[in-house]
Formats: sequence, C-alpha cells, structure tokens
Amino acid sequence: MRKTPTRNLVLALIAAVGFGAVVPSAAMAQGVKSIRGADVAEQELQVGNFRQLPDQAPIDREYVQQPPLIPHKVEGYEVSINFNKCMDCHAWSRYKDSGATKVSLTHFKDRDGGELSNISPRRYFCMQCHVSQTDAKPLVGNRFQRAEGLR
Amino acid sequence: MTDNKKSLMQRIRGAGWGAIVLLFAAGVIFWGGFNWALEMTNTEKFCISCHEMEENVFKEYRNTIHYQNRTGVRATCPDCHVPKEWVPKMIRKVKASREVYGKIMGTIDTPEKFASERLRLAQNEWRRMKANNSQECRNCHNYEYFDYSVQGRRSNQMHQTGFAAGQTCIDCHKGIAHSLPPVDQNIGVGRDSVAPDVMHPPGHPAQPE
Repeated sequence: MRKTPTRNLVLALIAAVGFGAVVPSAAMAQGVKSIRGADVAEQELQVGNFRQLPDQAPIDREYVQQPPLIPHKVEGYEVSINFNKCMDCHAWSRYKDSGATKVSLTHFKDRDGGELSNISPRRYFCMQCHVSQTDAKPLVGNRFQRAEGLR
Repeated sequence: MTDNKKSLMQRIRGAGWGAIVLLFAAGVIFWGGFNWALEMTNTEKFCISCHEMEENVFKEYRNTIHYQNRTGVRATCPDCHVPKEWVPKMIRKVKASREVYGKIMGTIDTPEKFASERLRLAQNEWRRMKANNSQECRNCHNYEYFDYSVQGRRSNQMHQTGFAAGQTCIDCHKGIAHSLPPVDQNIGVGRDSVAPDVMHPPGHPAQPE
C-alpha cells in the first residue's frame, strides 16, 4: 500500500515524457517545407490537369540502367491476374507482329540469377519501372545532364 | 374446309368495314406492343437489372471509353451485344432465352462463379462477333471512312495491315469494354486460359520492316 503513490508518480512522469515527445514534433512539422513549397501538414496540392503525351518514337535513355520510358499512352491498359496488356505487344512471341520493342533478356532471370525460359513473374508489373509521359513541367529547376556515355 | 372458309369470309363481309378497321387496329396494337416489349429488353437499364450483369461486366465497362468519354457519345450494352438488323436480332433474342435459364439456375450469380465461366462466355461472344464481321463495331466505326492521316502511329499501321489480311475488329480488339478471361502469355505457372491463336488469330502478316 505504501508503494502506490511512488508508482503513480512514476506513471505520471512516463506519461509526461511521452506527451512531451509528441507535442514538439507536431510543432516542428509546421516549420518543414516540402520540395513543392507547401507545408507538409497541409493538404496535398491540387492535382495538375496533365495530358498523356501522344505516340512518339522511342525516347533516349538519360542514365545507365534507366528503365526505358513508355513513348505512348497507356490509358485503360489492363495488367491483371488474367492478362498483361504490355506483353500483348512487347513479348518475344508478339513483337514482330506488333512492331514493338521486345522485352530485355534481363527480365528472364529469377531472383537468384537463374535463367528462365520466359519473363519472370517478378517482372510482371511493367509500370512499376517503365512509365508513360505527360506534359508536366519539372517541379523544381535543376541542372541534370544525360550520362556521358549516352550523349 | 371450304364451308368453314366460306362462312368466315362471309362473316367478315357481313361485318363489313368495321371489322377490317378493327382487325387493322388490333394488328397495330399487337405489333407495336411486341416491338415495345422487345425494345424494353434492349436497354442498359434492363440489362443491369440482373445483378450478374451489374456486379461484373457493367462495373468493368464503367471504366472504359464506351461508357464515358470526352464527347459523351456512348455505346450501351445492346449496341455491341444485340444486332440492329431484324432477323439477326430475333435470332440473338431467341438464343438469349438460354441466359434466362442461366439466371434462374444461378449459373453465374457470384463473382467467383462468373470468373470461372468468363473464359467460356468471352469466347462465345468473340465467336459471334467474328462470324458477323464485327457488325456491331462497324455500326459506328465504319473503317471505310477511317482517316489514317489523323490516326496514331501504331493504329495507322496496324489497321491497314489488319484489313489487308482480311481481319475484323474483334481479332485484335478483345477486352476493350470488359476485363479479359485468363490469357495464355506463358508467364509463370500454366492455367486454363485463352490460347494464343485464339487471342491473335493467325493469318496476320509480319510487320513490314
């Protein structure tokens, strides 16, 4: 029974430290600006009304190991458990008929580097790496230059 | 027989012009009513009054260009799935009585059942569209009036080689308004799926280099 006040005191201390840890971080967040110029705690900026660029010739790569960009619209393309629209043209069995670029042989490896006879399922979601282009401008100015060997 | 016929003719003649007008009016009402009822079953509203259609194919269709687009010109269910010409329409409508049986028996009344039947159902519809040279597509998309100069790089090329090889819309444009059944693309484990030569019928010439 004599221990209870001490225990309560300890609990109160822990709680106070806990709250203290939370409150300053919330206050600090208001001072942090995101790269877009908006406060991070604010609501997201309005989504730009970007247009997907129409078909164009293959786009040159900017740096070594860059996944090639998609030079056409992909609106409404189905990539599901049943069907992969990308592979309908870019698969090795299809690229001659469709006139598309064929999938790189690097995509025929499993995660341990073993060769497979077709595209590895871990490469199934093409648009995780390959992206289509919109008419959006860069968010901030930059001096990025194409890799030397690719100029 | 002759007696019967004669008496009938006599009766009509006896009744005179009144009967003729009455019969004509009855004919108009009957035919009008039949047509009205038929057209009732030819609306999007009627199609999605079954949850089988609303929960599966209609939801998929809502994400596509034939449901919603820049100018609001739409193609609803019957525009693609019911022929416009009278005789083919009647044939399709009679065949559709099989779908009423399916509805009663609950053949596809859950998304799981629908998914397992999709392979068969989709191939039925592809076969039908192939057989009538994709008439329902061509009711709106008349390829004789294509302006290739304003088509994209890919469509320009593919349309011309496709038509030259005697292909029809559905040979390439599968799954444009609904999700596709499993298609054999030889990625990962094999499964029950649409064969490559069904997805892309042979006879298509190789792309000119």
